[in-house]
Amino acid sequence: MNAKGSAGALSAPGILFAVLGLAAMLAPFMTLAANRIVAGDAIVAWRLAEPGVTLPGLLSLAAGLALGLLAAWPRIRMAGAALGLAGLFWLLMAGTPNLLAGAGEYARVSPAAGFWCLLAVFILLMSDALGNLAPGPLARAALLIAALAALTLVLWSGALSDLSIMQEYAGRKPAFIDAFVRHLGLAFGSLAIAGVIGFPLGILCHSRAQLRGAILPVLSFLQTIPSLAMFGLMIPILGWVGETVPGAQSIGIAGIGFAPAFLALVFYSLLPVVGNTVAGLSAAPPAAIEAARGMGMTQRQRLLRVELPLGLPVILTGVRIVLVQNIGLAVIAGLIGGGGFGTFVFQGLNQTATDLILLGALPTVMLALVAAIAMDILVDLVRTTPEATA
Amino acid sequence: MRIGTFLRPALTLLLLALVLRPVWFTPLFAPFASAGGPVIYERASLLSLSISHLGLVAAASAAATLVAVTLAILVTRPAGAAFLPLSRTITNMGQTFPPVAVLALAVPALGFGAGPTLVALFLYGLLPIFENAIVALSTLPPATMEAARGIGLNRWQQLVRVELPLALPVTLTGIRLSVVIALGTATLGSTVAARTLGEVIIAGLLTNNTAFVLQGGLIVGLFAVLIYDALVQLETRLVRRTGG
Repeated sequence: MNAKGSAGALSAPGILFAVLGLAAMLAPFMTLAANRIVAGDAIVAWRLAEPGVTLPGLLSLAAGLALGLLAAWPRIRMAGAALGLAGLFWLLMAGTPNLLAGAGEYARVSPAAGFWCLLAVFILLMSDALGNLAPGPLARAALLIAALAALTLVLWSGALSDLSIMQEYAGRKPAFIDAFVRHLGLAFGSLAIAGVIGFPLGILCHSRAQLRGAILPVLSFLQTIPSLAMFGLMIPILGWVGETVPGAQSIGIAGIGFAPAFLALVFYSLLPVVGNTVAGLSAAPPAAIEAARGMGMTQRQRLLRVELPLGLPVILTGVRIVLVQNIGLAVIAGLIGGGGFGTFVFQGLNQTATDLILLGALPTVMLALVAAIAMDILVDLVRTTPEATA
Repeated sequence: MRIGTFLRPALTLLLLALVLRPVWFTPLFAPFASAGGPVIYERASLLSLSISHLGLVAAASAAATLVAVTLAILVTRPAGAAFLPLSRTITNMGQTFPPVAVLALAVPALGFGAGPTLVALFLYGLLPIFENAIVALSTLPPATMEAARGIGLNRWQQLVRVELPLALPVTLTGIRLSVVIALGTATLGSTVAARTLGEVIIAGLLTNNTAFVLQGGLIVGLFAVLIYDALVQLETRLVRRTGG
């Protein structure tokens, strides 16, 4: 908290965070609405509850921002970010019951702009400090698990269950779980199919330049087709397949629903899988290939023992791109009856129910972020292993 | 490329016909129309929807390019270097946000219509351009920079005459990625009541009229493919010029 000293000791991003964070503390922290549709009244952070209750929260926000200024101690900046996040949730938990008390049966409270901006500021502060610390993949994995565990604990404890978005969730728990499973099924299932097709295709493209020249441009054009158009164009195609191929309908292939969404995602996944497989396989240094050839390895042995292990990080980066992209694109399945979190997003847009939109959008964003971080960790793990043994 | 010489004009003509003379395609789309339903979308002129769609994309991409390149220049100067790691983190994290989610999250903040779509397109469009511009500006050949200093160019002249022209092709790749994403996200914009070509597809989905879905899908798809192709051509031409 001692932010004195020469300007050089202060972290420049930290100053930016402090300014933005202080500005966000003045913005409305929560809203109180009479029901789930109407716009609510904005309430600033220090009016959420009794001063004695809000003060610890406000102080930890300020302390977190102040600790974030200390350029020389990234660990303390991390701690500052954690303190700030704790303060945010403290205010949320303190404000919710207080605002709801006597506000009517259908009243809803939600976090407002101030909360979201502060959340973004502290998460960025944390990643900035993490960037300075540069922890190894295992430490990052531990941090990710700890963060997820903390979030689960907060949600499971029921301390936030009076928030509007949690009430939307409580009203449709089975549908939410169904959407979650569907969403994962769409994202991971299409990745698996794209892998089964894409890896062999990538290996073929690697050894045959002509094939590569023909396939990669086609795949990149597929990638440019806007998602809604792609999902829509799958409908007549699969509708036709469902009607003409015997038995197709009995395994769920039809014009709308899961199948067209799944197929569209497979098409979008092919370019990153094939492209990165080709790039990964050609990334092996010529000297390594030469040495393998000198040792008398056949082409197949070279592929399995040299090119694939050396290219694995790049290939996995392709998988990361596909996973993040598919988790996002699977939202659009909600428009064609394919299920997933998109169902809530588009229902929410139709009903102008903000919290229903959030119930679909927030888990999607979380899922994409966790997938990206987890895949980055995995890429780092496979990247360090071969170098360490070499 | 040889296929391109035939395919490009053919697809352009097809697109023009689809937008300007939709009635010509009645026999083609009729089998897909819902029983007794209309075959050709007539609630709005396809031309005006196309103009509004492309206008949104152009406005958002132009603003995103301006802001992203300015920011990239700032963080690659010595004074802004402290922000370089942070800006990398932001672009990495920001790009994991699904475009649809950005669009949906813009609605609670900004209401329905073209506004949230424009903001979502702009915010999301910033990232690929910013990322590519940073890469381009921070990986310039040291010998060239040394030469620029050696002939007595000041910092501003170095930026305008050497760094920016050299960074142009890679930056343009970022702009292309951004435009392609914007075209797709603008299509989704019609779910939040922006006037775009997505309207045709959504109308088809809502009334189970596959003819509309096909019509809208084909037009949007052709626009995207042709614009992507045009930008690729522009890039190769620029690379050839700066490289040769």
